[in-house]
Amino acid sequence: MKARVTVTLKSGILDPQGKAIEGALRSLGLAGVSSVRQGKVFDIEIEGGDRAQAEALLKQAADKILANTVIENYRVDVLG
Amino acid sequence: MKAAVLVFPGINRERDMARTLRLISGHEPTMVWHTDTDLPSGTDLVVIPGGFSYGDYLRCGAIAARSPVMDAVRGYAAKGGLVLAVCNGFQIACEAGLLPGVLMRNERLKFICRDIFLRVERSDTAFTRGYNAGQVIRVPTAHGEGNYIADADTIARLEGEGRVIFRYVAPDGARDPAFNVNGSTNAIAGIINDRGNVLGMMPHPENHVEAAIGPTDGRGLFAGLVEALDRAA
Repeated sequence: MKARVTVTLKSGILDPQGKAIEGALRSLGLAGVSSVRQGKVFDIEIEGGDRAQAEALLKQAADKILANTVIENYRVDVLG
Repeated sequence: MKAAVLVFPGINRERDMARTLRLISGHEPTMVWHTDTDLPSGTDLVVIPGGFSYGDYLRCGAIAARSPVMDAVRGYAAKGGLVLAVCNGFQIACEAGLLPGVLMRNERLKFICRDIFLRVERSDTAFTRGYNAGQVIRVPTAHGEGNYIADADTIARLEGEGRVIFRYVAPDGARDPAFNVNGSTNAIAGIINDRGNVLGMMPHPENHVEAAIGPTDGRGLFAGLVEALDRAA
C-alpha cells in the first residue's frame, strides 16, 4: 500500500528557506506569488492492506520522528 | 570529573571536546557510542558534542535524538545528572525533549563560522560559576541552524525563570540585532532546563581554552563544572 506523509511548518513559524525561494521566484520574473512556505513529503510503502492500521502506524511515525510537532504539522494520506 | 562524550555517526567535534575536558579536568573522558544503552558507571557529566550527526538528515539532531544512548541520557538527566549539549548537541537535546524549543535555519540562511560574543546571564549555575553575571565572553560558533525558536509561552517561561544563560550581544555586552548572528528569539544562544542540570548552547566554548591558539574565554565553563563537581563530591 502506498501512503504519503506531508509535513508543513505551523503558521507563525518563520521560514527562512521559504522566504529565499519566494525571492528567487520574484527574481525569475514569476509575478503573482505572494508567499512560499517550504515543507517535506514522505512517500512510504506499507506492508499489508489494512488502511486503518496503516494510518495508525504512520501517525505514530510522524509523532515519533517525521515531524517535530513543536514547529510542524503533518498530514497522513493512505493512497491505497 | 568522570565525563562521558557521546559519539554519533557524523559528529566531528567530539575530539575537541575530549581534549578540552582532559586539559581542564585532568581526567580522560570516556567516549560513548550511540548504540550503547548505558552510560559508564559513575558518570558525572554527559557531553553531547557538535558536528553533523546523520548528516543533518530529516532535521538537525532528529535521528541522533532517537538513538539508544539517548534513553540512557534521559534517565540520567531525570536523576539530576549534568548534561552539556553544544551545537549539534543542543539540536539533539531539543529533539530529544531534554530542552524546549527548536534550532531553525539561520535567519540570513548562511552558515556562520566565526567568533561571536556572548553575555553570561547568570553565574549561579553549575555551568557558569566560572564567570560573572553580565560578563561578555568571546567564543567561536559554527552552524547553519542555530536560530532558536519556541512558542511564546515557552519563551516567556524561559525568560521568567532565568533559564536563558547565554545571549548573542555586541562586544560591550549590549543587545544589538546586528550581533544576533542567527536571528534567535531574544538573541538566545544557550538555555538550561527547569532543574538547571542540562545546558544547551550553539557556540563552542571548548575551542577557546588554550592561549597558544587564541582567547581562553571558554575555560570558565569547564573550570566551573570541575569546581561544581568537586563541591558536590
